[in-house]
Amino acid sequence: MLLEVRDLQVEFHTRDGVARAVNGVSYAVDAGETLAVLGESGSGKSVTAQAVMGILDMPPGRITGGQVLFQGRDLLRLKEEQRRRIRGAEMAMIFQDALSSLNPVLTVGAQLGEMFIVHRGMSRKQARAKAVELMDRVRIPAARERVDDYPHQFSGGMRQRIMIAMALALEPSLIIADEPTTALDVTVQAQVMDLLAELRRELNMGLILITHDLGVVADVADRIAVMYAGRIVETAPVYEIYRAPAHPYTRGLLRSIPRLDQKGRELYAIKGLPPNLLRIPPGCAFNPRCPMAQDVCRTEVPPLFEVAEAPGAAEGRRSACYFWEETLHG
Amino acid sequence: MAEPILEVRDLVKHYPLTRGILFKKQIGAVRAVDGVSFALDPGETLGIVGESGCGKSTVAKLVVNLERPTSGVIRYKGEDITRLSGRALKAVRRNIQMVFQDPYTSLNPRMTVGDIIGEPYEIHPEVAPKGDRRRRVRELLDVVGLNPEYINRYPHQFSGGQRQRIGIARGLALRPEIIVADEPVSALDVSVQAQVINLMERLQDEFGLSYIFIAHDLSIVRHISDRVGVMYLGRLAEIGSDAEIYEHPTHPYTQALLSAVPLPDPTAREHRDRIILTGDVPSPANPPSGCRFRTRCWKARERCEVEVPELAVPEAFRGLRGPAAHPSACHFAEERQIVPAGGGGNGEGRDSRRETQ
Ligand SMILES: Nc1ncnc2c1ncn2[C@@H]1O[C@H](COP(=O)(O)OP(=O)(O)OP(=O)(O)O)[C@@H](O)[C@H]1O
Ligand SMILES: Nc1ncnc2c1ncn2[C@@H]1O[C@H](COP(=O)(O)OP(=O)(O)OP(=O)(O)O)[C@@H](O)[C@H]1O
Ligand code: SF4
Ligand code: SF4
Ligand SMILES: [Mg+2]
Ligand SMILES: [Mg+2]
Repeated sequence: MLLEVRDLQVEFHTRDGVARAVNGVSYAVDAGETLAVLGESGSGKSVTAQAVMGILDMPPGRITGGQVLFQGRDLLRLKEEQRRRIRGAEMAMIFQDALSSLNPVLTVGAQLGEMFIVHRGMSRKQARAKAVELMDRVRIPAARERVDDYPHQFSGGMRQRIMIAMALALEPSLIIADEPTTALDVTVQAQVMDLLAELRRELNMGLILITHDLGVVADVADRIAVMYAGRIVETAPVYEIYRAPAHPYTRGLLRSIPRLDQKGRELYAIKGLPPNLLRIPPGCAFNPRCPMAQDVCRTEVPPLFEVAEAPGAAEGRRSACYFWEETLHG
Repeated sequence: MAEPILEVRDLVKHYPLTRGILFKKQIGAVRAVDGVSFALDPGETLGIVGESGCGKSTVAKLVVNLERPTSGVIRYKGEDITRLSGRALKAVRRNIQMVFQDPYTSLNPRMTVGDIIGEPYEIHPEVAPKGDRRRRVRELLDVVGLNPEYINRYPHQFSGGQRQRIGIARGLALRPEIIVADEPVSALDVSVQAQVINLMERLQDEFGLSYIFIAHDLSIVRHISDRVGVMYLGRLAEIGSDAEIYEHPTHPYTQALLSAVPLPDPTAREHRDRIILTGDVPSPANPPSGCRFRTRCWKARERCEVEVPELAVPEAFRGLRGPAAHPSACHFAEERQIVPAGGGGNGEGRDSRRETQ
């Protein structure tokens, strides 16, 4: 396994108390595989990714438990110096907002080249040639002429591709993309996702894709992990989850998607509000909003149950719901 | 049919492009909006879609009078509001309000929710006498489904969806007739998005509001809109009813846009052909001659280079009835079915009832 996160716990110290943002997340990605992470806004998707990358703000954040195994090594036990060497070279992250993650006063070529100078000890000239090559690879037209342009001279979609080029520069074995296409329209989004998928195949990278867009997930992911209140509540192969969700929260999410082929009347919406992380409800965190909740849901935290539709079917499906069977068939 | 409540004719907004720090010299202009016309009926929702940078937000800002047009006319109930000033302008502004995209940054973090929603009354004190404002704000909180007791809380104490409701309550404060919503749900997950959209539809029925609804997400635009306009590089490429645009698109850009929408349902995805656009997006400072889409259009011919296609029912469909005969700015407009019927979602969302809220 390329990356395995085990029982990760992260909290934030705030003025009003301790916010438990990540409460025992476990997930895994293999080389060449794409894992999509989705879930409610504020459910801990980005914080988990930041902990994996080692770029969490500490304080106010604090990792209180768990392991992040990358190629077998627990990253949480490494020194900052060692982590820095892994970051960029072996794992890289693409952020949501390309414009604010690029340095506005440096040319794009200088920023791309920097990676090769720092990590590979190349000369300026070699680094510049590498920068052009990378820009070509992410299909920036006329890369040779544009290598000395500044970020604001590129369109939103091009800047996003430059961010991808930066993440790919050192051919890392793992990429985490946090909502890489939220700010883009569908045509540019399609280009960016196709590019990521192609490069993943070419370089056999593992990809973790965080997104709200279930359509994008269906296009590129192999597996899905759904988060709620700092936990994984369901994980399954993409196709299975669309066909038959095994957790009531996932089912609610899928029902809320508006359709392109029809004009509907009223959209389905999960009732109630996301939990307050300072006071997560006891038992299953989803219970105040769950149409299927029973007494047991209000007292005992449900573990991740193995989901098998028929004996031997659908390997690797899990749901943190006592009533996954009813949900699956209901 | 009733007279439109809003009519936009040949609207143009150019931003000067300058060079030099001390002595600014104009070296050109960004043609953010370059000849846009449409009408909005009372109680109607007009959706506007199009790629990043095509001028959607600029149209919104012009309509609510946050920006002055370079040229063109905006008629509200027959009166050109681009020429108004002073008191007359203020009276019109009251009736056309805007809801902004980002619930995280558009609310002042140091103001309480009560102050944020009540702020429009400071600008238009004639709408609500001072002693009555708190009561009105509580009423508005109730209307958008927030507990009126939250009136003294600050924005950071609310979730994304709740903050978006605060923005809507503020937009409603002056009882406008038109609300221009610029990407009101883009930052939200699908479940919270559904809550906000249902709320907007309910308010429309209740108060007879007219909406201009701008978004990237074509499914959500179809859901809420009566008519849809597709923008490309500062102009409208195609406009029509939701069925005309989604089921009978005739402009190549609309067809490409629809074919690129990622569909969640794996079976639906197998049944559609995807049009991949090549060629990069031209700059709005230097749009192509003739048809602006020609640098990316797979059907472009010589005529497209020299002759600007007008937004009108295309020659091929003139005199015909039926859904394909709607305005489309293309010399070679043809119907092409893109959205596979009966498979764009997961089917469950259709008639299921809202649980609460
Ligand atoms: N620096 C911080 N201080 C306090 N709380 C924080 C901080 N950073 C994040 N949080 C909290 O941790 C929780 C998880 O945040 P995270 O950014 O991981 O959410 P997310 O799942 O990525 O949501 P979204 O879909 O909106 O991006 C949130 O409730 C957030 O308020
Ligand atoms: N104040 C300004 N000065 C100069 N150019 C501007 C200004 N405001 C907008 N523009 C330019 O006008 C064009 C249209 O911008 P606008 O914000 O209307 O696009 P949009 O369709 O809303 O895009 P998005 O979907 O990304 O929000 C863009 O090229 C933008 O860079
Ligand atoms: S464990 Fe109970 S409350 Fe939680 S999702 Fe399942 S049924 Fe609902
Ligand atoms: S006018 Fe020509 S270039 Fe423009 S959309 Fe039609 S066929 Fe394409
Ligand atoms: Mg996030
Ligand atoms: Mg905009």
